[in-house]
Amino acid sequence: MSISRRTALKGLLTAGAVAATGGTARAALPPKRPDPEAVGLLYDSTQCIGCRACVTACRDANGLAPQPTSLRGAAYDAPTDLNAHTKTIIKLWNTGDAHGYVKTQCMHCVDPACVSVCMFSALHKTAGGIVAYDKDACIGCRYCQVACPFDVPKFEWASATPKIVKCELCRDRLAEGKEPACTAVCPRKAVIFGKRSDLLREAHHRIAASPDRYVPTVYGEHEAGGTQVLYLSSVSFAALGLPALGDQAIPYFTENLQHAIYQGFIAPVVLYGALAVVMFRNRKLTEESQEGQP
Amino acid sequence: MRAAELNGDARPVGGPIFTAGFNALLAIVGACGLVIVWRLFRGLGAVSAMNDGYPWGIWIAYDVVSGTALACGGYAVALLCYVLNKGQYHSLVRPAVLTSALGYSLAGFAVLLDLGRYWNIWKAPFLLNWNRNSILLEVALCISAYTVVLWIEISPAFIERWRDSTSPLLRGIAERLTPFLNRTLLWFMALGILLPTMHHSSLGALMLIGVSKLHQLWFTPLLPLMFVVSCIAMGYAVVVFEATVSARLFKRPHEHKMLTSLSGVMVGVLTTLVGMRLVDLISRQRIGLAFTPDRYALFFWLEMAAFITPAILLAPKDWRRDPGIQFLSALMMMVAGTLYRFDVFLVGFNPGPQFSYFPSAFETLVTLGLIAVEVAAYLAIVKRFPILSGAPVAAGPPGLVSGLRAAS
Ligand code: SF4
Ligand code: SF4
Ligand code: SF4
Repeated sequence: MSISRRTALKGLLTAGAVAATGGTARAALPPKRPDPEAVGLLYDSTQCIGCRACVTACRDANGLAPQPTSLRGAAYDAPTDLNAHTKTIIKLWNTGDAHGYVKTQCMHCVDPACVSVCMFSALHKTAGGIVAYDKDACIGCRYCQVACPFDVPKFEWASATPKIVKCELCRDRLAEGKEPACTAVCPRKAVIFGKRSDLLREAHHRIAASPDRYVPTVYGEHEAGGTQVLYLSSVSFAALGLPALGDQAIPYFTENLQHAIYQGFIAPVVLYGALAVVMFRNRKLTEESQEGQP
Repeated sequence: MRAAELNGDARPVGGPIFTAGFNALLAIVGACGLVIVWRLFRGLGAVSAMNDGYPWGIWIAYDVVSGTALACGGYAVALLCYVLNKGQYHSLVRPAVLTSALGYSLAGFAVLLDLGRYWNIWKAPFLLNWNRNSILLEVALCISAYTVVLWIEISPAFIERWRDSTSPLLRGIAERLTPFLNRTLLWFMALGILLPTMHHSSLGALMLIGVSKLHQLWFTPLLPLMFVVSCIAMGYAVVVFEATVSARLFKRPHEHKMLTSLSGVMVGVLTTLVGMRLVDLISRQRIGLAFTPDRYALFFWLEMAAFITPAILLAPKDWRRDPGIQFLSALMMMVAGTLYRFDVFLVGFNPGPQFSYFPSAFETLVTLGLIAVEVAAYLAIVKRFPILSGAPVAAGPPGLVSGLRAAS
């Protein structure tokens, strides 16, 4: 009896191993390439004067009420970070020797972590690679907030019917043939809208034309698998507060893992079958041994 | 009914349900209910300390991630009983499966509370845009399915009771279900092993997306495996914990021999876990982080100590036989596994210096309330339904405290 039990167990282990290796032996998914039609922003921090016209224009275009904070009796609309009412913000960077401004909003990643984790694709890529939000498919799990390496999606904590809030690159304005509110209003053309490929060319062109003015790389060209919002800077991107992320897209590893294990659902089915075989055999063995006893 | 599945010598404990302790539990549940109503009308921000940097708080880290792991008793014992065919553990199956069924149901309820837009869930079956890359989707489907499986696994306990019921309706249900269960129960039990293996590994995989946010002491491609192995340890620990407490509480015979050999199994599981953890850190060259004086290293060592101590306590055979040591070790293992999950989901999670999180009083009250529901339901069910084995004995099991004293 103990021999047959051992055989059964061995069978189970083999099935498990086959299931596991059958999955991992499959070739890894290729990294996602940017859509040739992808659109985005190019923000040149050396051009930005910190006027915050873009922040106000973004509020107006998206129907977001100002967030007054009062200081010594006077009211200011001065949020300190992106929040449930603020889809873009201008912050100051300061290295001691120099200072300047940096604009923050959704990066519209080429392979976005937020989209990868969202159960019913409430966050999804739409025309031009824009990462859009559909509140009717959102269950409010906030996994997108956990996943986004730039801490972009914000949640309406104070609402009983909360939504996720983030920049959608003014996709309703784009549909009307207009450009995003921030690029339309910017007096210095510090932030411009266009096709990602064109913006990238423009960025490298600016670096080549004035190499003393810029650090020689474009943030977002490769970071986290590439983003559709690109940055130029005169100081290190770390000084601007942009995170140092490798070139691999954030979801690359998890999606490969998920595909390896669950592709075609083969591994779970094999494992289930093997478990059932072992358990039925065990029951038979138990019953036989019980019959043998008085 | 097949004896192996419908554990014949289990009996209801009997006695009054509304004891002082039970009423105290109900009071906590009531307070928790008020907070839940408040949350429904005023939003999550009104009751919890969660924020945009820490969008998941203790409702996820404890109620869901740790709660389902602590509810792994059914999984761990079923593995032993039905896969490794160690029939001697049968009398532990029912109470373990009951705790699991309660634990998972409550975890499911906690998820609903935590979801900002819970009303959109009903659409899920009709939404065509299921995202198969989403690990959370896999977790959600798997946990829901497993909760149903657990209630099916425990249903014989209800059916046995209903068969003798005076109500023709309940009798009818029992009679109709019995042949169905006889035919299919084993298939469900196989599912009952497959599903937890799947979703506990996925619960670990959830945080693999935190490439830039989860501290390197915890971020490892082995997270899924670590979660499975540690939930098995927690499952065994809960079985020991619960068997000891109910023997005490209901004056049942202490399943001494069984708990001793279970404790032996735990030494193996714990050693594997700690070994994996260290080998992983060394091979990824991250072990140095454990010696950097910061709060991450502190929590890492707390967690390691909580895993290693029970392994040491249970290793010598004569210590392992001591009910006091068994109980203490089981408690530590439950703490260890929970701490590990808190470390992965909260302590080691760093969205940036501008954010911080510590659970609010209301948030904690909800968690306590859900635990109270679970304990109260367990007490009521074992009193009325055949879950626990054996007739009451006159004296309790060997004293826990005296056992401890003897050991030191
Ligand atoms: S920046 Fe964050 S929210 Fe925006 S697309 Fe990337 S992952 Fe998603
Ligand atoms: S909160 Fe909404 S948008 Fe974010 S991951 Fe969950 S379902 Fe998707
Ligand atoms: S509108 Fe243009 S110049 Fe003004 S803060 Fe925004 S990006 Fe800078």
